[in-house]
Amino acid sequence: MSVLFIVVPLALFVVLAAVVAYIWSARAGQYDDLDTPAVRMLHDDDAAPPTAAPGELH
Amino acid sequence: MRTESAAGVIGTPCTHCGLAVPPALVTAGDGPQFCCAGCSAVYDILQSNGLSQYYYFRERREAAVRSSGRSYEEFDHPAFAELYVQQAEGGKLRTELYLEGVHCASCVWLVERVPLLLPGVARAELDVRRSLARAEWDPAVVSLSQLARALDQLGYAPHPFRGVARDAMRKREDRAMLTRIGVAGAIAGNVMLAAAALYSGEFSGMEPRYAALFRWMSLALALPAVFFPGRVFFTGAWAALRTRTLHMDLPIAIAIGAGITRGAINTVTNSGPIYFDGVCILIFLLLVGRFLQQRGQRAAADAAELLYALAPTTARVVGADGTERELPAVALLPGMEVQVRAGESFPADGIISVGDTSVNAALLTGESVPTSAGVGSSVFAGTLNVMAPVRVRVEESGETSRLAKILRQVEESGQRRAPIVALANRMSGWFVAVVLLLAMVTFLIWLPRDQALAWDHAIALLIVTCPCALALATPLAVTVAVGRAARAGIFIKGGDALELLSRPGEMVLDKTGTLTEGVTSLVMWWGDESVKPFVLSLEAGSSHPIADGFRRAWPGMAADSPSDVMHHAGGGISGTVDGRAVVVGSPRFVAARAHGGESLVATLAANPLTPVLVAVDGVIVAAAAIGDRVRDDAGAALDALRHRGWHTTLLSGDDPAVASAVGAQLGFAAVDAIGSATPEAKLALVQQRRDAMRASGRPVVMVGDGVNDAAAIAASSVGIGVHGGAEACLATADVYLTTPGIEPLVRLVEGSARTMQVIRRNIGFALCYNAAGVVLAMTGTISPFIAALLMPASSLTVLLASYLGKTFVPAATTSSVAAQSESVAAMERAA
Repeated sequence: MSVLFIVVPLALFVVLAAVVAYIWSARAGQYDDLDTPAVRMLHDDDAAPPTAAPGELH
Repeated sequence: MRTESAAGVIGTPCTHCGLAVPPALVTAGDGPQFCCAGCSAVYDILQSNGLSQYYYFRERREAAVRSSGRSYEEFDHPAFAELYVQQAEGGKLRTELYLEGVHCASCVWLVERVPLLLPGVARAELDVRRSLARAEWDPAVVSLSQLARALDQLGYAPHPFRGVARDAMRKREDRAMLTRIGVAGAIAGNVMLAAAALYSGEFSGMEPRYAALFRWMSLALALPAVFFPGRVFFTGAWAALRTRTLHMDLPIAIAIGAGITRGAINTVTNSGPIYFDGVCILIFLLLVGRFLQQRGQRAAADAAELLYALAPTTARVVGADGTERELPAVALLPGMEVQVRAGESFPADGIISVGDTSVNAALLTGESVPTSAGVGSSVFAGTLNVMAPVRVRVEESGETSRLAKILRQVEESGQRRAPIVALANRMSGWFVAVVLLLAMVTFLIWLPRDQALAWDHAIALLIVTCPCALALATPLAVTVAVGRAARAGIFIKGGDALELLSRPGEMVLDKTGTLTEGVTSLVMWWGDESVKPFVLSLEAGSSHPIADGFRRAWPGMAADSPSDVMHHAGGGISGTVDGRAVVVGSPRFVAARAHGGESLVATLAANPLTPVLVAVDGVIVAAAAIGDRVRDDAGAALDALRHRGWHTTLLSGDDPAVASAVGAQLGFAAVDAIGSATPEAKLALVQQRRDAMRASGRPVVMVGDGVNDAAAIAASSVGIGVHGGAEACLATADVYLTTPGIEPLVRLVEGSARTMQVIRRNIGFALCYNAAGVVLAMTGTISPFIAALLMPASSLTVLLASYLGKTFVPAATTSSVAAQSESVAAMERAA
């Protein structure tokens, strides 16, 4: 069972990595808006180039 | 979808927005059809820019098309930039705009394609829940007004959003809070794992070196939990100490501090209990409770921000020499002269000094028909100048304008907190004092026997009585209920609405657009059914509101082309359809041209709606009543509300005769059907009812559909906006219904009552657990193991009770009301 002395610190290290990843994602604003991205990912992103000359919309 | 018969063009949907195309605008062939120039323009923009994919979104209903055609010049003004625009990387500028008319996936798609349409716009992102678009653009290539015009042309009229700075701050706060919760959660979970190993070791035996390993591991984990996420409690407690108040943070900080210190000492000396698991769970659960509560209170504040966005932001001030310059609306002073162009909103309250125009005061008064205004007339900020440019002498501006006062009312109403939360805060002082006293007593009782035991029991008491479950009880139940309600089509902005609606009180309902559908349509039909196509044929080419009513009532019905159609102003319409002479019009007009149908004429005379008679070949064969139809579900819903003890009042700006007729139909007592109510009268009535109800603590609820009710909605205990209401109304209301009809009102009050039951049950559970913990700790029978079980168990109970409590049910399961309303509607039709 003395393997615990290696495995437990190892587990703590994995936890640390997960916490760091979480902190990064929270600080990067990934939880700011939980509604729109769910809708956005449904759009097929075949952003076709404008067929007409882009410019003022008049 | 198109029904193509000889002249049967009724029901042709607009290619862009899907609404019916007026017969006069229908073009021949299979090409696109448009109901208005706006739709046509948007369609052309999308086609010519390769964005026709927009039309393949299934969720694309009620497409926004109301392009205002404004120039948005003021968006380029330096004063505007100072208020709303921020610097972004690479010399770009950034702002947030509140967009009208955002509701679905296709809106996200379209708004986020703006960079494709307009070179120079680097990014456009839409937050669909709050209708806020975040845009970044290169000022060297494109101006903000161009961007605003592009959005406007797509049908999303943009408004500057005042909360940009506050929004950024809030975002930082939110991110910090989420970080704290995440870290606290991860640590609590791992400490619990170690604790599970230790407790099982206690029962089945464990080598001391492994026990020491897990104890040290717990300490290593608990220390960062206390110093990073747990720090907020220490700062809170310190602030409470400095202001000499008893705050909930105080016993929490003492419990955390004492627990971690004693636990650390025990770890080092390798004796006695460690409290790390309790301390870590405590921090995590308390943070979650706090986060939920904060989020609930924010939704209401957001609403006020959005309402501000609808108010005009700049004004054109006319100097003594006649020159015009733009100023932010907040900088206007009484006595200044401002020029207001047609189509613009008045920036301040004032008196017209030059020019004649008509004013749409819908934002304030609800009267959607513009009234004429000339020199000397008073105009109010936020109302719309419809017809011609005028010059206005400013009387009140900024914070003192009538609009600002209404907005402030809205904001204040958003800040009031659920009385139950306030109660918890009042209670917390006592709670803190009692807990600290009990801990001291425990310590003193045990001190003569054993100092170590005295410490252990006092700390166990502090930890076990920590108000985790209490802190979660209200916000959890409210959050779950609000989420369920949203899925059931009821959008609730503040938890206090739930508490107020849980007890029956006074419900004041607007008539037009709330109890009725708000559009002219066919309400009743008596007599021969077979002549309906004839009537439709004649009316198809007419633009009269009555013709609209017939068209709306029979969509898709085939009709032949009439001949010899004659419009008789103020009387009716006559013509020949299928070889038969048909006359449709007012009773007097038709009676002069046909005979018979005495019973039909008598029926009509007893009806307050607009009467129409139909004669074919000189004989009166049918009668119709045209008017604002009462919603199908109104009768059943009102009965259900009255059954629950609510007193209902109908309040209408319409003629008293119409109000009392609708009132009688829906079972209102004669005194409770009030007509000719101006918006001020509505406000006064709601305020007076509130004063009357104050002693009993029962709510006065105002239900309305729009701007005309906005002031009354803001003044009521709980304001409710119904589906299809105006933007200003939705922002003002505490609750709004996202599905048509007023049947959701019944579900709302039922759900509120059930939510309050859940909250009371939660608080009861939490207090029971605390009391049990106190007894166990004081008698010294509590072990750290029991303390560690008791705390998460109490929080879990509250969590489960919140999620399992049946608060709001989706529309489908309340079929009894729906069925009832259907049967009522069927009876009406049969009558």
